[in-house]
Amino acid sequence: MKVYVPLDSAAVALGADEVAEAILAHGRAHGIDVTLVRNGSRGMVWLEPLVEVETSEGRLAYGPMTVADVDALFREPARHPKALGLTEELPWMKAQSRLTFARVGVIDPLSLQDYAQHGGLAGLERALGMTAPDMVAEVTASGLRGRGGAGFPTGIKWKTVSEAKADRKYIVCNADEGDSATFADRMLMEGDPFTLIEGMAIAGLACGATKGFVYIRSEYPVAIEVMQKAVQVARSAGVLGDSVLGRGPAFDMEVRAGAGAYVCGEETSLLNSLEGKRGVVRAKPPLPALEGFLGKPTVVNNVISLASIPVIFAKGAAFYQGFGLGRSRGTIPLQIAGNVKHGGLYEIAFGLSLGEIVNGIGGGTASGRPVKAVQVGGPLGAYFPVSLFDTPFGYEEFAGKDGLIGHAGLTVFDDTADMLGMARFAMEFCAIESCGKCTPCRIGAVRGVETIDRIGRGDSSAVPLLTDLCNTMKAGSLCALGGFTPYPVMSALTHFPDDFARAKEAAE
Amino acid sequence: MLDSVQTTERVAEILARHRGMEGALLPILHAIQEEFGHVPQEALPIIAQDLSLSRAEVHGVMSFYHDFREKPAGTHVLKLCRAESCQSVGADRVADHARKELGIEWHETTRDGKITLEPVFCLGLCACGPAAIVDGKLVGRVDEAKLSKIIGGLK
Repeated sequence: MKVYVPLDSAAVALGADEVAEAILAHGRAHGIDVTLVRNGSRGMVWLEPLVEVETSEGRLAYGPMTVADVDALFREPARHPKALGLTEELPWMKAQSRLTFARVGVIDPLSLQDYAQHGGLAGLERALGMTAPDMVAEVTASGLRGRGGAGFPTGIKWKTVSEAKADRKYIVCNADEGDSATFADRMLMEGDPFTLIEGMAIAGLACGATKGFVYIRSEYPVAIEVMQKAVQVARSAGVLGDSVLGRGPAFDMEVRAGAGAYVCGEETSLLNSLEGKRGVVRAKPPLPALEGFLGKPTVVNNVISLASIPVIFAKGAAFYQGFGLGRSRGTIPLQIAGNVKHGGLYEIAFGLSLGEIVNGIGGGTASGRPVKAVQVGGPLGAYFPVSLFDTPFGYEEFAGKDGLIGHAGLTVFDDTADMLGMARFAMEFCAIESCGKCTPCRIGAVRGVETIDRIGRGDSSAVPLLTDLCNTMKAGSLCALGGFTPYPVMSALTHFPDDFARAKEAAE
Repeated sequence: MLDSVQTTERVAEILARHRGMEGALLPILHAIQEEFGHVPQEALPIIAQDLSLSRAEVHGVMSFYHDFREKPAGTHVLKLCRAESCQSVGADRVADHARKELGIEWHETTRDGKITLEPVFCLGLCACGPAAIVDGKLVGRVDEAKLSKIIGGLK
């Protein structure tokens, strides 16, 4: 009997380890031969731990499983109270376009054989037969833009590094996924680490880089462990090393852990951290593409950007480019989080409306109360009111509504949320996490908290001051931490003015 | 308490393991914290000398990052997520409950030295919050009752 129990952090946080142990114990006690695979998560977090049993018809899903449900899994699987049917036939799974996450939850994350059987390494094989300029052109033609949040065309970044002359170049994967509501990087690394390794190896070939780093935040212990093991497996199998797949040039990589600084998700700060320095932001120029890690030309790409490379090479740029809308091409792994009924990861082409995502896919709030606001793009993203639910999910479309899609995380809030409190938290968070290099961020965030507290006490004359402060931070900060903190603050103020006037009314 | 000779030897051994590594300081600090439970002040000049840095530079790096401790934590470390997604499902309420039940504020340790309470900004468990990590073990959907049970288990 082959059983899948996710090793994914979310599944583990909901009891997957205990369920896995109970399944093995039951097998031992009853003399049943159980093959247990710890896979990635299928992304239906509300059903975790989601256990799957392999049958001749396909994999049957059961969830959310508890230790008490294990016994019935062996005795009466067909009439199990937690039976959901075939995993692939579940509505959540069927409507997706899983390109980057095609293998997550399906394969054993650390089996290179499983990986290859499910289409892995096909992209790298193809890349090995191409010239560097052709590889770069392929990425450009795919329309892939940086999935970390900035949305910069990946092909252009690669071209700069590829054409730079240097004795050494680097590929750095930004896995410092610190934004609340985002967990796509974590799920990909835990569920299909070889996809990231393959993407980085292709980047190495295209750019002439021989060394890669994956900088993973320390808050992701499972992802760090899985990635480290996967790099070892890839190295012993010859995917990485002195000659990629035994035919290409050298490319090897290392996994590094962050140390709890949010700002290190910013690429120049990450590079300083990787060099063993304080994670302070660098002024640009010089661009990291020309002077990055240790002053050498460096590609810094997000996990999802790099993990989307293998499918682009395996199926061709045109295939990937065929998904999406406007200038947002391909698919995006939406991370639906917070106070939501059906939270999790859902990969789909760009273009769904915010309302379709929150109410259609997410099923509205978990509390059953009306949705009040949705923060899109993490702590530096804007709060969207229900009146903007017709906004299509795309880079330009969200920018047009004074917001951003960021790393595609969405936090749903019900009508009990206090938006003045959320605006204050945005400033407080910025003050805690500021690297301290530039004044608008370092001092501005502290003044921001004080100014919002004044408004909270009923002093409405502080509102123009807050607006002015936000403009200064937006225009004068070196990086997105100080520069984008005004997004949640100003969107809260603009769309939910009543929450900023309550204390005033009480005072009068 | 460790004697300083022992500390020096163990730090030197960690440094030897990291020789030749590009940008080794963070991995070194992580290894030292794993070995000692914190980064002992007497380790800083040894690291500085090994990497040809000033002691101030090593201190500057260590103090920049939230992860590194100057002093040992309590026997158990309870971290509660304070970020937006967890807030949307009651993290503030859970945090208030924790501070009240433990009788301490953020970053403090109970008087018996058993439990240290720390905030964390996102564990990537944003669809099953409020989230916590207790001595490295992840916990989702933490409410007041679940938290009391966790704290009870640590006492």
